[in-house]
Amino acid sequence: MGQASTPVETPEARADAVQIRIQDLHKSYGTHEVLKGLSFDIRRRKVNHIIGPSGSGKTVLMRQLVRLESPDSGQILVDGVDWATLHGLTLDRMRIKFGMVFQMSALFDSMTVFENVAFPLVEHTSMSKQEIRERVMDRLGILGVAAAANKSPAELSGGMQKRVAVARALVRESEVLIYDEPTTGLDPLTTQTVDELILETGERFGVTSIVISHDMASVFRIADRITFLNFGRVEATGTPAELLETLEPATLAFIKASGVSQDILDERSRNG
Amino acid sequence: MTSQSKAAPGDADANQAPGEPPAPGVVDRLADGLFQLVLSPFVEIGALFTVLWQTLVQAVRPPYRVRLLLASAEFIGVGSIFLVSLTAFFIGAVLSLQLVDGFRDFGAQSQTGAVVGLGMARELAPVFTALMVSSRAGSAITTELGSMRVSSQIDALVTMAVNPIQYLVVPRVLAGLVTVPILTLVFDVVGMFGAYLVGVHLMGLDPGVFMERMRWLVDWDDVRQGLIKAAIFGFTIALVACRQGFHASGGAAGVGQATNRSVVQNAIAILALDYVVTAVVIGQGL
Repeated sequence: MGQASTPVETPEARADAVQIRIQDLHKSYGTHEVLKGLSFDIRRRKVNHIIGPSGSGKTVLMRQLVRLESPDSGQILVDGVDWATLHGLTLDRMRIKFGMVFQMSALFDSMTVFENVAFPLVEHTSMSKQEIRERVMDRLGILGVAAAANKSPAELSGGMQKRVAVARALVRESEVLIYDEPTTGLDPLTTQTVDELILETGERFGVTSIVISHDMASVFRIADRITFLNFGRVEATGTPAELLETLEPATLAFIKASGVSQDILDERSRNG
Repeated sequence: MTSQSKAAPGDADANQAPGEPPAPGVVDRLADGLFQLVLSPFVEIGALFTVLWQTLVQAVRPPYRVRLLLASAEFIGVGSIFLVSLTAFFIGAVLSLQLVDGFRDFGAQSQTGAVVGLGMARELAPVFTALMVSSRAGSAITTELGSMRVSSQIDALVTMAVNPIQYLVVPRVLAGLVTVPILTLVFDVVGMFGAYLVGVHLMGLDPGVFMERMRWLVDWDDVRQGLIKAAIFGFTIALVACRQGFHASGGAAGVGQATNRSVVQNAIAILALDYVVTAVVIGQGL
């Protein structure tokens, strides 16, 4: 999935391929302007990475994307609907499209793994207990953590917590999954497992993945599209190969300094 | 492929974005610090009233989370019974001891039961119960909600279209409102028992006189005054605790500071509200 070459697209197909269009997005805290007019597209059913150095506005952008905060101006068009302007029940209904996997997984300490994953169904559906059990165990089974259903999140490893968080985000059949720094603080082996999890989840459930990250090695391994933020602006956006072709030498040096091997860069340049 | 900006990271001026104003000087920062110091109490009060308003709005909106309310009532109420009873016993006992000793100088030790009863019903029971609940349950609520905040669990609720005020704050505030008056009644009973035990069995007061004098001076209005205070204290304790936890930031250290603020603000609020409510109820002193 991550390495598949993009076929030639008609303008209509290209428009449909865009699930989220961000236009001229601004966000300030007091006098400090963090997002300075971001504009870029999130492609449907692709792994879209948003990268950049610390303080570039990645997390602030993520908070606008899931409407934890409202932007000062600009648009976030989700399938053509500007969800930056939605409120109340309309906003809550729209939230169903989004699943969020937080950096620290954000599983509820007071609940078991099963209760965590069942939570969105208990809150928002009229499914019976049996239906909920089947759906939850199905998701946990697919993600390989069914055996941990009755454990508390604190008993799980970081990688397993991530899997449970993905299961919770997917249990209501979300269309877009947002991962906030999914590999931060994980060892290399678990990082690779999480990368594979993102790819597998995208393929199996047909979801659009948005990954906020500064783990460059991970980004160049699995990304279909990369948007590079710097100082609250979009530095560049495109496929990994396009990004490598057009970035300035200083930015390339930054990417290499972030731990990406020349082999990975060469491979992504060749394969797109 | 688009390229919207040409500022490259890693440049000499990497710490400052192009076009940003220079960092403020020492005088500016000092003035800013003083301004923040003056402003901070108003910010605190504003934040508390914002949470209060959101809580009132969410309290009347469905879904009504009875199970969460009962769980909170169990934590705040049932979980505090032992601590409140222990406090009540010793407060009643020491009060009785002091009064018998003090009143004996002018032969008025027979009034001990009456004075202990009156003080307990009107003041000591609601205030000490509230302080104990604040120390035990209030601090725990702040820590729990603060931990949820810094580990993004509250954000997770929002992304799952669950209102965190309704889910986390409303049950706790309602539980505080209901359980602290009940705990105050427990305090009244256990406190009087402690006073009776010391006054009658240790200090040799006549049991009939002790009880009769108490019945003569203390009536339902005194107990009701204490219960009104307790309800107000219970609501306030939970609200302040939730507000501090809900807006905690800065990791584990931030949660610790929020818990500290919660306990201090609650102690001050209980004592200040005690005076205000007393003045309103007895119709003088304001």
